[in-house]
Order: sequence, then C-alpha cells, then structure tokens
Amino acid sequence: MNPTLLLMIPLLPLIAAFLAGVFGRVIGRAGAHTVTILGVAISCALSIYVLKQIYWDGVPAYNAPVYSWLISDGMHMDVGFLIDRLTALMMVVVTFVSLCVHVYTIGYMADDPGYQRFFAYISLFTFSMLMLVMSNNFMQLFFGWEAVGVVSYLLIGFWYTRPTAIFANMKAFIVNRIGDFGFVLGIAGIAYYTNSLSYTDAFAAAPKIAQAVLPMTSTSGVAALTLICICLFVGAMGKSAQVPLHVWLPDSMEGPTPISALIHAATMVTAGIFMVARMSPLFEHSEAALSFVLVIGATTAFFMGLLGVVNNDIKRVVAYSTLSQLGYMTVALGVSAYSGAIFHLMTHAFFKALLFLAAGSVIIGMHHEQDMRKMGGLAKYMPVTAITSWIGALALIGTPFFAGFYSKDAIIDAVHESHRWGSGYAYFCVLAGVFVTALYTFRMIFMTFHGPERFRHKHGHAHHDHTVAHEEEQQQPSAQKHDDHGHGDDHGHGHAHEPHESPLVVTLPLIALAIPSVVVGALTVSSVLFGSYFGDAIQVLEQNNVIGEIGKEFHGPVEFALHGFLSVPFGLALAGVICAWWFFLKKPSWANAWANKLSLLRTILVEKYFFDWFNQTIIAGLTRGIGYGLWKGGDQALIDGALVNGSAHTVGWFGSVIRRVQNGYLYSYAFWMVIGLAVLLGWFLEHK
Amino acid sequence: MITLAQLLTLSGILFSLSVAGIFLNRKNVILLLMCIELLLLAANFNFIAFSRYLGDIHGQVFVFFVLTVAAAESAIGLAILVVLFRERRTINVEDLDTLRG
Amino acid sequence: MLVESLFYVFGTILVLAAFGVIVSRNPVYSALSLVLCFVTSAAIWLLIEAEFLAVVLVLVYVGAVMVLFLFVVMMLDINLDELRRGFTRFAWLGWAVAAAVIFEIVSVVWARGGLGLDVTKGPTDTAPDYSNTLELGRMLYTKYVYPFELAAVLLLVAIVAAIALTLRSRAGHKVQDVSKQVAVRASDRIRVVKMEAEKRS
Repeated sequence: MNPTLLLMIPLLPLIAAFLAGVFGRVIGRAGAHTVTILGVAISCALSIYVLKQIYWDGVPAYNAPVYSWLISDGMHMDVGFLIDRLTALMMVVVTFVSLCVHVYTIGYMADDPGYQRFFAYISLFTFSMLMLVMSNNFMQLFFGWEAVGVVSYLLIGFWYTRPTAIFANMKAFIVNRIGDFGFVLGIAGIAYYTNSLSYTDAFAAAPKIAQAVLPMTSTSGVAALTLICICLFVGAMGKSAQVPLHVWLPDSMEGPTPISALIHAATMVTAGIFMVARMSPLFEHSEAALSFVLVIGATTAFFMGLLGVVNNDIKRVVAYSTLSQLGYMTVALGVSAYSGAIFHLMTHAFFKALLFLAAGSVIIGMHHEQDMRKMGGLAKYMPVTAITSWIGALALIGTPFFAGFYSKDAIIDAVHESHRWGSGYAYFCVLAGVFVTALYTFRMIFMTFHGPERFRHKHGHAHHDHTVAHEEEQQQPSAQKHDDHGHGDDHGHGHAHEPHESPLVVTLPLIALAIPSVVVGALTVSSVLFGSYFGDAIQVLEQNNVIGEIGKEFHGPVEFALHGFLSVPFGLALAGVICAWWFFLKKPSWANAWANKLSLLRTILVEKYFFDWFNQTIIAGLTRGIGYGLWKGGDQALIDGALVNGSAHTVGWFGSVIRRVQNGYLYSYAFWMVIGLAVLLGWFLEHK
Repeated sequence: MITLAQLLTLSGILFSLSVAGIFLNRKNVILLLMCIELLLLAANFNFIAFSRYLGDIHGQVFVFFVLTVAAAESAIGLAILVVLFRERRTINVEDLDTLRG
Repeated sequence: MLVESLFYVFGTILVLAAFGVIVSRNPVYSALSLVLCFVTSAAIWLLIEAEFLAVVLVLVYVGAVMVLFLFVVMMLDINLDELRRGFTRFAWLGWAVAAAVIFEIVSVVWARGGLGLDVTKGPTDTAPDYSNTLELGRMLYTKYVYPFELAAVLLLVAIVAAIALTLRSRAGHKVQDVSKQVAVRASDRIRVVKMEAEKRS
C-alpha cells in the first residue's frame, strides 16, 4: 500500500479546511465549497480504493509509523497508520457520509454568513475522524478523539450569538472531557504495563496484563485489564453518548442539521464503538469489563428510546433515536459481537444520516419550524423528502430486506445466544427497544408527513421558535432576531408559509443515502458479519464467539430476511407501527387521554429521567459553590486578606510599635544608651 | 592614704548620677548641660587618679585639655540654648521632639 | 589618717551635691550645687597632690563656666511653676538603672583586683620638692605645645561661634556705620535749587 496515498487521505481535507477557513473571504463561497468538496471527494475515492486493495486484492494490512513525534524514556509517540479491514470500512463510511453532507450544506447553509467557516469546520472534522480511525497507536487515537471533540464544540456553537447554542456546546465539550478523563486513565494503564503506546505492543501484552492485579487496598486489588478496559470504555461512553454521559447529545441539536447528520449520527459518536472494536484483543480478556459495557449499552438502548416518544422537536426525536441505536451497538460489543456492532454502525450511519438530512429538509421547507405539532400532511408538498424518510424509517425499525434489519436482528440474536452476566437484562432491553423504536419513528413520520395540516391555523404573521426544541418551552417574543439559516426575515416572504420541496443540492444527498439504506445490508451481511471480513482486525475468543454461533444458522441474506418476517422483533416492530398509527394518526385524543393517566411517567420522561437536573443543579451547582467558597475563603480571605494584605498590615503594625522608640526626646535616647552600657558591663563582668 | 579603688568608686558614682540626671530630667535643658559637666568631672577624676597612681603625668595633661574643651563646649551649648529659647520660648525637654519618627 | 577622713568628708559632700544638682526643682539651686561639686572636687584633687589642676578647676570651671550658666539661667525667663511639677512615672526605673551602673562599676573596681592593678596601694611617692605645676608645665610646653596652641584656637573658635549663634540685630535699632559716614558725598546731602528772586509781599 502506498504510504503517500494513505497520507493524502487525511491531509487533503485538512488542506481544504485550511484554505476555506483562512482564505475564505478571498476565495469566496463558491471557492470554499469547491475546494472542500474536492478534498473530501478525492479522499473518498482513495478510501474506496484502499478498501478495494484490502478486500478484493488481498493486500496485507499496513502498519507503519509516518512521523516520529517524541521519544521519551523508551516510549515512542508517533504518527502512524494501521490500515486493516476495520479501518478501511470506517474510512469509506466517514468519507462518504462527509461528502454527502458537504454537498447538502451547499443548499442548507446557502444564506448563512458563516458559509466558508462551516465548510472549513466540516472538512477539519473529516480530517480529525480519519486520523482517529487510521491511527496505529493510542496517542494519535487520543489526538483524533480530542480533535473531533473540539470540532464538535465549534460546530454545535456555530451560531455563537445564540445562548442556547453556547450552553449546548459547553455541555458537549465538558461531558466529553469527563469521558476523556477515563480514557486517558485507560491509556495510562496500558502505557504503565507495556511502556509503549502502539497497538501491537498493547495487544501482544494483553494476556499478561490480564493476569496482573492492581492493588487497591493493602489486602485486595482489582484485575488490571478489567480496570483499564472499563476506563477506556468510559471514554467511549462520553464520545458515544452512553448513559450517564449521554446528556450532551440531545442538546447538540442546537447546531445546524448537516452536522447533526455528520457528527452526531454517523461518525463522531461512532468513534467510541470503533475504539472498543479496535481494542477487542484487550476487551476479550476481561469478562467484567464486557458485562459492564453490556449493561450500559442495554440501558441506553431502551431508556433513551422511551424519551423519543414524548419529544416534539423533530431533530430531538432523531437524536434520541441515535442514542438508542448507539446503545444497540454497545450491547453488541458487550456480547463480544464486535463485527455485529461495526456492521450496525455502518448501516446506521447511512439511514440515520438520511433521517437527519431529511429532517433538515423538512425544516427548510417549513421555514425553520421544528415542532412536529405544527407540521402534518407534508407528504404532498415534499414528496422526495417523504419517500426517503419512509425508507430511512423502515430501515431504522428493522424491516426485513432493509439495511437496518440485518444488523439489528443479528445483534438481537447475538444477545440471545450469549451467556454473559447481564445478557438476560440486555435481551429484554433490546427487544423492548424494538417496539419503542418503531413507536417513536413512526410517530415522527405520521406527525410530520401525514394527517391534518397543522401549520396553517395560527397567527397571521410568521412566528418561528427554534427553542421549542426544549421541553421546558419558553415563549420567545415574536420580535426576536433570527440569524439562523440566513433565510432572511420571513415577514418579507410573498407566500405565508406554504411548505415546498427543497432544492436539488438537498434532495440529491437524500437519495444518495437512501439507496445504501436499502441495499447495503443485504449486500454485505454475508461477508462482513458472518464471513471472515474482519480477519485479524477483530479478535474474539472462541468461547465468546456468539456471531459464529448464529452464523451457523445463516443461509444467506434472502433466507434471513424471509425468516425475519416470522421473528419476534418483527412482530414487536409491527405492533409499534400500528400503535403509532392508532395513537398519532387515527385517534390522537386517545394519546392525550393516556398522557393524562400516565402523567407521572410522562413527567419523568419529559424531564429526561432528571439527568439534566442532577447535572446542572447538583453537580454543576456544587462545583460552582466550591469555586465560590474557594474564591471567598481561599482567595479573598486567605491569600488577599491574610497573606498579602496581612503581611503588609503586620509590617505596618510592627513599624507603628517600633516607631515609638524614636520619640525625639534626648533623655529617652540617653536612657537606652545607658541600658546598653549596663548590659555591656554586665556581660563584661560575667565573661572576663 | 587614699586608695585608687576609692577614687574610682567615687568617680563611678558621680558618673552614674550624672547619667541618671540626663535621662531623669524632663523639664530643663540647662540641667542637661550641667549634667554633662558633671560627667566630664567624673572622667577627669579617673584621669587624675590613674595619673597619680601610675606616676604618669600624661593623665593630668589630658585633664588640662579636657577642661579646655569642656569650657568651649559649654559656651557653645549655652549659646544654642539661648537661641532655642528665643525660638521656642520653652526649655522643657519634652517640647523638643521634632526629630520624632 | 587625716587625709583619709578628709577624703570621706569631701566625698560625701560631693555625692550629695551631685544629687542636689539633679533633683533640685530650681535651676539656680542646681547650678549652685554644681559649684559645690566642683569645689569639693578641687579639694579632693588637692588631697592627692594634683594641686595645679585643682586650682585650674576652680578658676576655669567655677569662675567662668558656672558663672556663664548662672547668667543664662537668670537671663532666660523660665516658668518655674512648670518646673515644679512632679517627676514622671518611670523615675524609679531610671534610679534603678543608675544603681545598676554604680554597682557594676564598683564591682569592676573591687571584685577582681580591678583590671590588674593593685587598687589598695596609695599614690606613688614623690620627692619632697616635687612640684606638680613644674611637671605639668614641663610637659605642656615641650611635648604638647602644639595641642596647647590648638586648644587656644579652639577657644577662639568657640567664642566666635557663640557670638555668631546668638547675635541678632534688633529691628528699629540704629547703628552708626562709620565707613558710610566717611564715604558720603556732598551731592547725597545737598541739592542746589535755582530760584527767582521774589519780592517780599
């Protein structure tokens, strides 16, 4: 494999980002989007070429350093690439989705004053994510990890004049940092045992570390590898938004929709999943860590899905869906079905990006209305969007033959096969999750595209609230300045708010993503999931090989899909769709009646299980309180008062006492001289 | 016969009394100058005592000069006192504290 | 024997007079006590055969310096009432310190043989025709003639300084400046004016 070619893949988006960012004003809008799309497109083509080399041409995996950054006490910190089948798959996914989003952005951000800045950011993101997945050592992984976090922060707060956006981007960054803290501890553990940061050394030392015990108290200790793996997973929890570090993802919907699609659906949030799969040689040796992963993932999968049922902002529903699906991927990792997790990662990237971009299209069409209660019946105005959304939704709920079916059902079967501690609970969660997924997905579809048109009846003038997204609705005054999307003042529109289909630059990526959402599952399941696609990239110990177990009953995608029509998950999904149709299309009054009866449950869901309240009131409030206390007590009282002012005061006090000796009276001076004389004489007498 | 010890004791007593006079006196600058004279007298006593008892005339020569200088010094000291009195209209030591820190 | 008892008498008077200098309320009394000090000192010096200096003490100190003191005391318009106010609170401390100093000096002298000297000896013997004045003169005008002349200059300087310090010219005080009188010219005093003759009317 040509190292220069490999180097071009991440560097082209980086150069494009630099040009668009620094010279944006010079090259103009067209120049910015051209150079970035060109960079990402070439990267995408090269990534596909690399995939072809790895898979079809059988080129061996590439693992070599590119640049040696630092050598300290025998530990090498390099920039290096490890290109194996897992990496190649991720590279293709990342660059392809990024390319679709780049094209989509031309239409979506057409009137935004920060056009060039946006393109620079998403190109920069592409670079960071590629560095992350192509890395062959922990340091570069961490670099990519942090870089995607930073770019995510920049993009969530893209409209930085909005206070909600700033709140959201700080929240995302801080929660991510908490995860990164665990991640760094994990990396430190690896470095401690192997004195090296490269993957090959870590994987080779894994069995040895599994025997080691880290002493916690004087008598007992904890298995080293378990602790290291759990710490690494904490990083994944932050990045991939698992409970309890999930709180940032719904708020990240403050950013423009293209980045919700790119970062918070397809790529950045999957970095955690990717990392655990990459570290499979480590995780396989620790049952406890994998059980931990399993339970966390199952909890996220089910409970986050429930939150999507009560939310009214179209983007947030998709966000909770992402959380839930990430939970599914984590569950797959937990039962050692790493290939299943990556497979679901890939299919999910396609249909979730599709759903986000479709939601964006709806938002543009509705002139920035995001509340689903003010939509309805849009199918006849936005047919392409509606059809692609249906495709994405069917893929999401796991309809047989669509992409999501293969990956989701594989995971459910894998969990059923596993005997790991926590797998029973996980099985319940993933099954119930199927019902819930179908419920909220089709609630969204029905409320948006079908049913009565609820967007006409209100006030005469346009009244757009973007902050309806928050459950705690704040009625913004209608005179609020809107600087988003650059669509200008809506009061100036000739037609009031008649929704219309989005331009081609928006709908083309939708179609481009809809196609894989249908076919990629069927096409790749045999090789990726049940075949030896991943080869040595993923290690699974023989006793944990649940995918192998279900693979024994696999007879091809068609047969799998037909069998799927008779399976429990399909029944649950169908039940979910019917419930959604009944409660939200046919008889919405029943929905309200049930909401009132289950008001306690509804409150808990609306408050997102009180996670936000806990974080903001308890943890953040406590921290602010400590800061305030340290400021008042430590800084003002102690340092300023006692040490700085106090020492000056002491000197002054001392001076005021000593000053009395110099009173200007001759007799006083003579007196002290005589005393001195007396003392001297006395000493003389003593010692002579 | 008068022993050296007796003379030295006497001069020591004179010295101490004069020093006590300097710092016990808070009312009168003239008293200060008088005590200085007493101080010098005590020193002269010592000189003469040692001169006689060691058989060395130089002690007495020195007393001669001490007397001269003491006279000059008291003249000038009194002149200063007169000028001070003209300015301040007081010879109370407690009023002379302009060098207070 | 006689010498010794005289010494004790004069010594006692001396100490009491010194005491009187410092505790007297009236500055004139203090000055007179000081005169007594000097006179008794002169007497003691006579006893130990330093007669020249004893006489010089009386002549110079009592005759000149103390007279000067008395002049100043009486010239200054001292407010005696203020002087009569009592001692300060810390007087006892001063006395204590003075007592300590006396004690220390005495112990230096008596305790350990006083600096290597045999302090119980008497004055050195002298020849019967020993003249203290002659010895002193011999020393002063040969070996110490230069410091002697310098001491004279010192006294001159003291005179000049004392006058310079206290001289003041009074306002409204007319003084004749002789050099100006001599240097006057007719034109400063007389002015010739031409006038027409006028008839007496």
